[in-house]
Amino acid sequence: MPAQPEIGDTTQDMARLLAAACMRHFGHAVRTEGLFRHSGGASRQTWGFDAIVAHPDGEQRHALVLRRDPPAAASTMPAGESSLALDRGLEFELLRVAYRHGVPVPAPLFALTAADGLGDGFVMRHVPGTAIARELLREPRYTDARSRIVPQLGAILARLHAVPLDELPRLRRVTPAEAIAQQRQVLDRIGEPHPVFELALTWLARRLPAAEVAPCFVHGDFRTGNFLADESGVTAILDWEIAHTGDPLEDLGWMCIKSWRFGAVENPAGGFGQREALHAAYEAAGGPPVDKARAYWWEIFGTARWGIICMAQAWKHLSGAEHSVELASIGRRCAETEVDLLQLLSEA
Amino acid sequence: MAQDRPHAPELLRAIREFLGSDVLPRLEGRTQFHLKVAINSLAILEREAASGADANARELQRLQALLGRDGTLAELNTALAHDLRNGRRDETDAALMAHLRATIADKIAISNPKWR
Repeated sequence: MPAQPEIGDTTQDMARLLAAACMRHFGHAVRTEGLFRHSGGASRQTWGFDAIVAHPDGEQRHALVLRRDPPAAASTMPAGESSLALDRGLEFELLRVAYRHGVPVPAPLFALTAADGLGDGFVMRHVPGTAIARELLREPRYTDARSRIVPQLGAILARLHAVPLDELPRLRRVTPAEAIAQQRQVLDRIGEPHPVFELALTWLARRLPAAEVAPCFVHGDFRTGNFLADESGVTAILDWEIAHTGDPLEDLGWMCIKSWRFGAVENPAGGFGQREALHAAYEAAGGPPVDKARAYWWEIFGTARWGIICMAQAWKHLSGAEHSVELASIGRRCAETEVDLLQLLSEA
Repeated sequence: MAQDRPHAPELLRAIREFLGSDVLPRLEGRTQFHLKVAINSLAILEREAASGADANARELQRLQALLGRDGTLAELNTALAHDLRNGRRDETDAALMAHLRATIADKIAISNPKWR
C-alpha cells in the first residue's frame, strides 16, 4: 500500500480543511462542494469550489477559488525569474488594493493561516469567464467581446498604473537596466549559451530608454492568457505574482509580443487589435502619453524575456524541482522567440 | 551497426499516432492536455531524429569559420555568447547575423515549423 499522502494532499481532506477555513471567514457552518483543481503548476495551485454557508436566514452558496502553494511544495530555489515571484500573502494584499481601486480582479476574501493546514494561500470569489486564448480569439460567441477587449485592457492598465504606491505593500523596483541584468542572471544560472538572447540583451542595453519615469505599479505579466473574459469582454485580471514597480510601458510592451497573439500575429495587442488602439484607450482612460519607441523597446525586451522564461521553465523540470512533461516541452519554445528577436532587430 | 527499421523517426511516428488515435480519446482534463503536449513533443523528436544531426554539423562548421578556431558546439556557442554579452560582436557583423539566421532557421524547422 502506498504511503498516506500528507494532510491536505487528497481532495477529501482538502475539502474538509477548506470548509473549516471558510467557517472562520463566514462565521457560520460551511460545507464545500465540487472541489476541483485547475490546470497549472504543481507548486502553485488554483482550485475551484462552492462554499455552502449555513446562514440563519437560509443556505448561501458562494462560488470560490483557492490559490495556494501546497504544504509539501518543493523548496528548491528556481533558476528563473519565478525566484522573484511574490508569496501568496503579498499577492493577496495586492489583490485587495487593486480591487479597491476598481481594477477588475476576483474579490479577495481571506488569507489562509498556518493552522488551516492548507499551505500558503488565500480564497477569492470566482469570476465568470475563460482565460483560454484560442477560445477567446476564435469562438463565434466571443465576436463582440473581441472588439471590446483592447479598449478594456488599455483602460484597465491606466487604472492599475494610477494606484498610489504608498497604498501597496513594498515591491521590488525594476528599471530597464535592472530588467536586463535579471535576464542575464537567469542565463548565467542556467548556463546554456544562447547567442540570440545575448545579442538582443546587448542591443537593448545600448538603447536604454533615456528619460527617467516616475515608477508606478506594474503588473508584470499582463497578457492574453492571464485575464478572464466572457461574452461581455474582460472580467478579471489574474496572476499578480510578478508585480513590481517601474516603467508603466513595460506592461504595454509585454502584452504585444508575438507569443501572446496565439497565432493572430496581425493583431499585436494580445491577438485582439492594434498597438495604436491599445495606446489610445490607455491615454483616453487617463494614462500618461505613450512613448511608442519606449513601448517597442519593452516589446523587444519582453520577447527575450519570454524566451528566457521558456528555458527556466524547462529547468524546473531538468533540475528535478518539478517533474512535468509540460515544463520540459516549453524549453523547445525558445526558438520561437529567437526567430522573433532576429526579425525585430532587423526591423528596428 | 545500423539498427533495423523502423528508424528512429518512423518508430517515433508510430508511437505518436498510437497515442493520438487510441489513448487521447480515453483521457480527459489535465491528463489529456498533458498527452497533447507529449504528442507535440514526439513530433519535435521525429523532426530532430530526421534532420538534427545535419543541422548540428552545419552549425558547427559555421561557428568554426566565424570564430576561427576548433571546439565543440557547446564550447563555441559559449564563446560566441560571451562575445555578444560583452559587445565585442553585434548586429552590424554580417557574417554573425547570417550564421544566427541559419542556425535559428534550422532550430525552428525542428521545434515548430509552423511558427511565423
